[in-house]
Amino acid sequence: MKLRLKIWRQQGPHAAGEFVSYETADVSPDMSFLEMLDVLNETLQLRGDVPIAFDHDCREGICGSCAMMIDGVPHGPQKSTTVCQLHMRHYRDGATIVIEPWRAKAFPVIRDLVVDRGALDRIIQAGGYISVATGNAPEANGIPIGKDMVDRAMDAAQCIGCGACVAACPNASAMLFTAAKATHLGLLPQGQPERSHRAVNMVRQMDLETFGGCTNFGECSEACPKDIGLEVIARLNADFLQATLKEREGA
Amino acid sequence: MHLDPRVPDGPLETKWSDHQFDMKLVNPANRRKHRILVVGSGLAGASAAATLGEQGYEVLCFTFHDSPRRAHSIAAQGGINAAKNYQNDGDSVYRLFYDTIKGGDFRSREANVYRLAEISANIIDQCVAQGVPFAREYGGLLDNRSFGGAQVSRTFYARGQTGQQLLLGAYSALERQVRRGTVTVLPRTEMLDIVVVHGRARGILTRHLVTGKLERWVGDAVVLATGGYGNAFFLSTNAKACNVTATYRAYKKGAAFANPCFTQIHPTCIPVSGEYQSKLTLMSESLRNDGRVWVPLQAGDARQAQDIPESERDYYLERKYPSFGNLAPRDISSRSAKEVCDEGRGVGPGGLGVFLDFADAIRRLGVDTIKDRYGNLFEMYERITGEDPYVVPMRIYPAVHYTMGGLWVDYNLMSSLPGLHVLGEANFSDHGANRLGASALMQGLADGYFVIPHTLGDYLASTKLETVDTDHPAFTTTETEARNQIERLLAIGGSRTVDSFHRELGKILWEHCGMARSEAGLKRALELLPELRQEFWSDLRILGSGDELNQALEKAGRVADFLEFGELMCRDALHREESCGGHFRVEHQTTEGEAKRNDERFAYVAAWQYAGEDKEPILNREPLTFDNVQLATRSYK
Repeated sequence: MKLRLKIWRQQGPHAAGEFVSYETADVSPDMSFLEMLDVLNETLQLRGDVPIAFDHDCREGICGSCAMMIDGVPHGPQKSTTVCQLHMRHYRDGATIVIEPWRAKAFPVIRDLVVDRGALDRIIQAGGYISVATGNAPEANGIPIGKDMVDRAMDAAQCIGCGACVAACPNASAMLFTAAKATHLGLLPQGQPERSHRAVNMVRQMDLETFGGCTNFGECSEACPKDIGLEVIARLNADFLQATLKEREGA
Repeated sequence: MHLDPRVPDGPLETKWSDHQFDMKLVNPANRRKHRILVVGSGLAGASAAATLGEQGYEVLCFTFHDSPRRAHSIAAQGGINAAKNYQNDGDSVYRLFYDTIKGGDFRSREANVYRLAEISANIIDQCVAQGVPFAREYGGLLDNRSFGGAQVSRTFYARGQTGQQLLLGAYSALERQVRRGTVTVLPRTEMLDIVVVHGRARGILTRHLVTGKLERWVGDAVVLATGGYGNAFFLSTNAKACNVTATYRAYKKGAAFANPCFTQIHPTCIPVSGEYQSKLTLMSESLRNDGRVWVPLQAGDARQAQDIPESERDYYLERKYPSFGNLAPRDISSRSAKEVCDEGRGVGPGGLGVFLDFADAIRRLGVDTIKDRYGNLFEMYERITGEDPYVVPMRIYPAVHYTMGGLWVDYNLMSSLPGLHVLGEANFSDHGANRLGASALMQGLADGYFVIPHTLGDYLASTKLETVDTDHPAFTTTETEARNQIERLLAIGGSRTVDSFHRELGKILWEHCGMARSEAGLKRALELLPELRQEFWSDLRILGSGDELNQALEKAGRVADFLEFGELMCRDALHREESCGGHFRVEHQTTEGEAKRNDERFAYVAAWQYAGEDKEPILNREPLTFDNVQLATRSYK
């Protein structure tokens, strides 16, 4: 099939960007979206144009590298699917597709479709862990954890850190990302001792990184390729509220 | 080159504990005076960096990704082995050790493998304490599944995302240390070379991928955890950025490269769909617990799977290997798939595929159970192929997946270049000629959490290190070489893209150094590769400049190394005139078509030493002695 692509080109963090149109022929329905871009990049290079930069790696939907807005939707039209797992059979011959980088103040554009998502790492640094030094661990079966509980923790732990939730949010909030980690750890018995601090520190870091506040639009969960549900946000809000109240009482 | 494996004396069972006592320690107060450079942030790199940071060393951890959490360990699906014997099915440290040695076709070092099996249980404890949500039974205790090459259930898993959950555990430990100030993570920073001062690895040279800036880093030791080289084949299940550069550069600086021809072809991947194919996708081996592998009995049978009656199907793994059945080890399963496809019995486009059928399991266990076990894998399959595996059988075909070869290391995980330590898939040490499923995660974490934190201390405490800074001439020379290479790549101005060269390299290696290798084929490859390399250096086209984000330039540097490395692989495969594990030489097979080892001539590790540009590398041999297991013909019948 033939497609018309409008792709955001921006040479560097401080350069002005613009949409550039490209025509592609010979797109096979069995190609992945990124393979379609690979083929375009081959053509561009052969005719002397600098290829389009985009982040990608595992191409199995798990590393969280790939990230682009496709027709205004993070990761494109297929639900629960990263761009790398989106295949061209979902498009019709002759379609026009608009491709942009994530748009958020906390994710500055590096080049073309590549953005800097370092802010997400810094949220994890603020408390997205259980403090256990290597070699300190008790026997693994020492703490039984109900299957339902661990399954719910796993639902939250599946977050791939791609940033689609931020890109989808009208406030560019990183609440779903932050809450997924807080929920994963907060549901498990191992995560209890640090639960309150974790909630407060991660939320504060999120604010410092210039992510917006959460106003419960729910766009994040819709866009999440791993289907992380909004209830994680409710849990983080509850933890945060309780922790800040405790903090105040203690002061 | 003298290769001293430095295996401690004493009985197998107490080597590691005795050695831990015998090793020298670095006083906690002195640790912050030592700077350790860890390259890579996958399971091995992140766990090593985090643990060394916890101990108080100053750690710099380099990754070319935008975040350490992107490392390819994240894509491991099936699970991690540990000798916990929770299932009371006869597992033990010794059995895990034995299975791994046998699975590796008796081409790995006994002492290393035993230590791995010993440490395996600690890994599970550590990960659970970090909050890794391993699957559990209703009673709340940990669940296990079976994996290829073992008759016990010892594999711990987190749905089909075990690698992700383990990596996120290691990543969270790493980020905790970043917060504490002991570890600095340098993202989007690619190692281009090792800096050697007076025979010791004392630093690395990196390129910042966004600014293109070359940077010099000095340290007391360098730890490489840079993964495997499966992408030499272009099409593999590895992530797109996986490459051989770090380990190949180390080889050129004096570290021996061991068994480069030992590559693993994974039996259950989604078949190639077209010329544009950019990578192959693995379907976890755990699927073979419940899926049955079959092809039509008759060649050229073009009927749909559901129209082929039971009596006209050949469940060839169950037929040939009744005691292991569909769970036969990876090398054997892959070769069997190739055989039936070579006979014209393959299914799907081009006849390069076999069925992996869940119909029986769904009838026996119900759709819900299957969904619970493999739901995300089934979804992934459907997304890629457009077919629903709950209704029609999956089609699978073998693909390059893992590389057992890697830099040679001693028992302490130090390469033959003093000060350079190598962990995880990047080293050669534990899997011999074939790795068993769910053992890569085990090895990466064993090396990073539990081995290197001890052995590195011993190296630092027992070595007098001179003071070196980044103005040392060795840094200047290394930087100049790297800069020259970048400028040279940009200046060629030819007509072909880097991917076109990479694809061509991959085709040569897959054809001549893939699932079946022959003397004639390997010799042919050794003619083709230098020609391709020459063409690369005269006809490559890289646009843009070196001082900006330039993904084609990054690839070109990696492909330049793959082109040289491919020759080393073929040379190793040519010299090893036997079949063992993933290395199958067609000249050496039994009448039934099984691999025929030659223990008299080849019970050794082939450690190749760089001899200079356009010179044949030197072969060094580390003999393998087996004091605890009997060398036997591997049988899974």
